Amino acid sequence: MQNLTNRATKVNRNPMTFGERIYLPAIAKGLTITLSHIFKKKATVNYPEVKRPFSPVFRGLHVLNRDEEGRERCTACGLCALACPAEAITMEAAERKPGEEHMYREEKYAAKYEINMLRCIFCGMCEDACPKDAIYLSETVMPANYTRESFIYKKESMLIPDTKKQHSSN
Amino acid sequence: MLLLQFDTAFLIEKVILITIILMGSLGIAMYATWAERKVAAIMQDRRGPNRAGPFGILQPVADGLKLFFKEEIIPDRSTRFLFILGPCIAMLTACMTSVVIPWGPDYVTSSGHVVSLQVADINIGILFIFGIVSLGVYGMMIGGWASNNKFSLLSSIRAASQAISYELAMGISIIALVMLTGSLSMRDIVAQQHGMNWFVIKQPLGFLIFLVCAFAELNRAPFDLAECESELNMGFHQEYSSMKLGFYLFSEYINMFISSAVMATLYFGGYNFPFMDQVAAGVNPLLFTAICVLVLLTKVICFILFFMFIRWTLPRFRYDQLMNLGWKSLIPLALVNMLITGAVILWVIK
Repeated sequence: MQNLTNRATKVNRNPMTFGERIYLPAIAKGLTITLSHIFKKKATVNYPEVKRPFSPVFRGLHVLNRDEEGRERCTACGLCALACPAEAITMEAAERKPGEEHMYREEKYAAKYEINMLRCIFCGMCEDACPKDAIYLSETVMPANYTRESFIYKKESMLIPDTKKQHSSN
Repeated sequence: MLLLQFDTAFLIEKVILITIILMGSLGIAMYATWAERKVAAIMQDRRGPNRAGPFGILQPVADGLKLFFKEEIIPDRSTRFLFILGPCIAMLTACMTSVVIPWGPDYVTSSGHVVSLQVADINIGILFIFGIVSLGVYGMMIGGWASNNKFSLLSSIRAASQAISYELAMGISIIALVMLTGSLSMRDIVAQQHGMNWFVIKQPLGFLIFLVCAFAELNRAPFDLAECESELNMGFHQEYSSMKLGFYLFSEYINMFISSAVMATLYFGGYNFPFMDQVAAGVNPLLFTAICVLVLLTKVICFILFFMFIRWTLPRFRYDQLMNLGWKSLIPLALVNMLITGAVILWVIK
């Protein structure tokens, strides 16, 4: 029979020789391998104290961005939800009322913006799709939790804090 | 009333010695569980337990507490008395063998009083150890049978048949040693290995057979197929929980300590070490006794570490391979070893 690849090796079915049957050479060989591991570098780190550095392209939890004046950038256009392959993003748009110009950059804003972190695959397509630079993936790992509800992140928890602090509300 | 006139000082001395040995073997067994996890971690490039205390040295205490606080479950259809008796026998027999091991040379006080570091110098010391070790099989058998679980029973039968098979080869390898010493007393055997005159040099094959059999007797990897704790379930102590399970697990570690001590005593000179006469002349007797005890403990710890290295190196034997090795290789080898030893004693030494 012709082999499909040249990687096939023939299994040795010969009965064990005397040297193999007394097992001792094999045991000695095994012991040298395991004992040599005493001097090897540990493959693990002390996790909570020591953390491995993330790669520069790491994609973690989402952040909703504000503009220079501290107004929400998101206009609820829905392109992120459309781009999302996992269909994790839901939003509801609302119209900006007069007097709310300091809160929302454009006339339309997201009244509700939710990401289901259990569905999210952290591909970053929402970040690519956003025309307003409103959504970013940060370097934070998603924390574990007990209930499914707690994994649906609301707009309030994703919106970065207002750096200007000029308004007491929001 | 003459029978009741015993030496109070002797009694107190022995009680103190027994307490120290019991506590010592429990303590070493406790830290053997920790050391086992550390050794496993090191061999697999991991870190091992390091949360409870510095280097995780409080880990055995935490494990013990956990076992105490676990729910105690006795199966509904089990034989309650035997179910409780099983782990008791396992623990009791594990602790009993240490009485005949001489932990150090006799210490003679300045007033001429001799303090022996052996609890009981019975003239059939080796036989006593073998008897108690065989009783330990009852712990497994009774535990497995009383659980009313067919898998426990099967596993305990496997464990028992393995222990009995390997006891034969072990016994025959010991006979060769006893022919050399002419005594069954552990004290005499150690005394004959004074200095560097260790029996492993005269009986290398016997030692090897004894070592392999000790692995099998202890139900340890590569012969731990009665348990298969790494991938199947727990074997004969499947139905056990809480501290009764702890007793079974713990008795295995005590057995490991004791069998290491027995091997060190029989083949590696016990508390003897090279140039011990020069050391004895140079230091005071109490310090010399302490050095001897430390030497024995060092040998024991080396053996325990060796047991662990083997466990994390070798894969498990199949049951037929195990029986083949025991009956078709080790017993003939032990017999040949015995015959050669006998011939050498008869024609060469005399």
